[in-house]
Amino acid sequence: MSTLSPEFSLRPTGRLRRRRIVNKIMEGVGTLAALLAVAVLGLVIVSVAVRAAPAISLDFFTKPPNIFGGPGGGISSAIVGSILIVGMATALALPLGVLIAIYLTEFAPRAVAVPVQLVLDILNGLPTIVTGIFVYGILVIGHTQSAYAGAVALAIVMLPLVARAAQETLLLVPSALREGALALGVSRWRTVLGVILPTTLGGILTGGVLAMARAAGETAPLLFTSSIFNPAVSTDVSHALPNIPVLIFTYSEQPDQVLHEQAWGAALVLMAFVLVASLSAKALLARSQRKLGR
Amino acid sequence: MASIPSDYPVTHPRRGLGDRLGDHGLKAITLAAALAAVVLLGAIVWKVMELAWPAISYYGLSFLTSDTWDPVRKEFGALSFIYGTVISSFLALLIATPLAVAIALWLSELAPRGVRGVIGSLVEMLAAIPSVVLGLWGILVLGPYLSHTLEPWLHDHLGFLPIFGPPSSTGTGMFTAALILTIMVVPIVASICRELFLQVPSELEEGALALGATRWEMIRGVILPATRTGIAAAVILGLGRALGEAIAVTQVIGGGTKITRNIFGPSDTIASKIASSYQGAASGLEAASLLYLAAILLVIGLLTNFVAQIVVRRFDPLRGAR
Repeated sequence: MSTLSPEFSLRPTGRLRRRRIVNKIMEGVGTLAALLAVAVLGLVIVSVAVRAAPAISLDFFTKPPNIFGGPGGGISSAIVGSILIVGMATALALPLGVLIAIYLTEFAPRAVAVPVQLVLDILNGLPTIVTGIFVYGILVIGHTQSAYAGAVALAIVMLPLVARAAQETLLLVPSALREGALALGVSRWRTVLGVILPTTLGGILTGGVLAMARAAGETAPLLFTSSIFNPAVSTDVSHALPNIPVLIFTYSEQPDQVLHEQAWGAALVLMAFVLVASLSAKALLARSQRKLGR
Repeated sequence: MASIPSDYPVTHPRRGLGDRLGDHGLKAITLAAALAAVVLLGAIVWKVMELAWPAISYYGLSFLTSDTWDPVRKEFGALSFIYGTVISSFLALLIATPLAVAIALWLSELAPRGVRGVIGSLVEMLAAIPSVVLGLWGILVLGPYLSHTLEPWLHDHLGFLPIFGPPSSTGTGMFTAALILTIMVVPIVASICRELFLQVPSELEEGALALGATRWEMIRGVILPATRTGIAAAVILGLGRALGEAIAVTQVIGGGTKITRNIFGPSDTIASKIASSYQGAASGLEAASLLYLAAILLVIGLLTNFVAQIVVRRFDPLRGAR
């Protein structure tokens, strides 16, 4: 039996070395791509924060915009308007979305569930400016722009998101819970409302918060429904109300340093709200899903 | 041992009226909600088409092939906006697709366990940045950088290609819009692709590795072929987002009604043209033409989403099918 020649080496040569090098390069490309995405996120957040800093003061949150466009104004009216519009949109979309999710998970035969789900997904992907035009067509033409028209438009954007989130949580309810309740003679509707819904409440609410965060930053649906407004603080929802996204949009289109600074400030407020809301909602969601998926 | 009495009453349990009403009531209410969603989509299509109808019947299909948009002479056509939409979305996807697939592969296959979750949620946070904020950043930060640094460099070194023409002076233009769209599309495509890659059976992946394939060969030979159609669907969904994005694009694309080959020049997409005209059109005909643009956008949005959803459905257990 021959022995291994002493010059035999385990070091890769030729083809194998090339394969390893290609592998390393490709792994490096993947890592770089991920880092690039994170870097862009960091860049956007940092530049918004840095440029917003001079604008942020107590007055910025408590005063309405200066009508003459000069310095010293704030965005209080836009904050109030945004809260009202997004609040109304949530009040419309959340119950409807949860009802749709209950139907899809508890009652729907497959032949109905599949097309309804498809409709929701298509609704989700529809350009939001088209949603704005639709609401403009049904609520604004012949009347005036109003905060509730804006809320309806945002609710249409939120609906598929809420329904999807609620559906995902409902599907995680262990079937033992459902069957246990039914086996005890509890009727279907009491099972749904008394047993299933309470266990999923956390998940549904966090889904609602996520959708709210998305809606709070939407500008396109509001352009045709609540964009021509009096800048003073108002809570009259039958008129167009100032709101943060449209304010940023209009200020950013003006060639005016002061307005740009205000736009950065408003952007920081909006982004802080959106990121904090979606991060905490995601953390809660992960926890409640772990609890259910146990 | 006690025996069960033989006269034990076995009555047919009858459910109370309340329960029967409750069951049917809840089912009816939730069904109504689900139907409302279907009706809503129908109403959107119907209403937008109705709004656009005066322009559609006035112009017919020639609207799609005319590239003039002249409010003074009252001649309107959509071609330059269709061109702007196609080119900006195409450029965005050209950059975003490889990036997003690489990120998804890294997150699902390569990343160390500890950072996987953190980086994954950071990439998702990128999608949570409101488009109007991204647009603001695009005009005031990205735009100036592009017009002073990157665009002159590309023009000097690759200027023999007609697409890299003279850089824009303000930093707004098709190229800036495409980059902003890239930032919006990457997280969407990446998160769908990541789900797809995680669904590839691990026996196949481990089999390839056991046969001596490197990780890249395993990815190229097993994961990518198995998820090809899914990646295509993810890209189409990203395309739908890029085509329909109005706000950020309006802020950075510069507003132009001419078809130019120079990607640094100002342009307009269908969505951005609608958004930039929100303060009202000069004439009834212009307003009608804008609504015609909205109808075109609606049809494109419906088509891209429908196709993508049909394909995605084959992979997603939640959405049934197969």
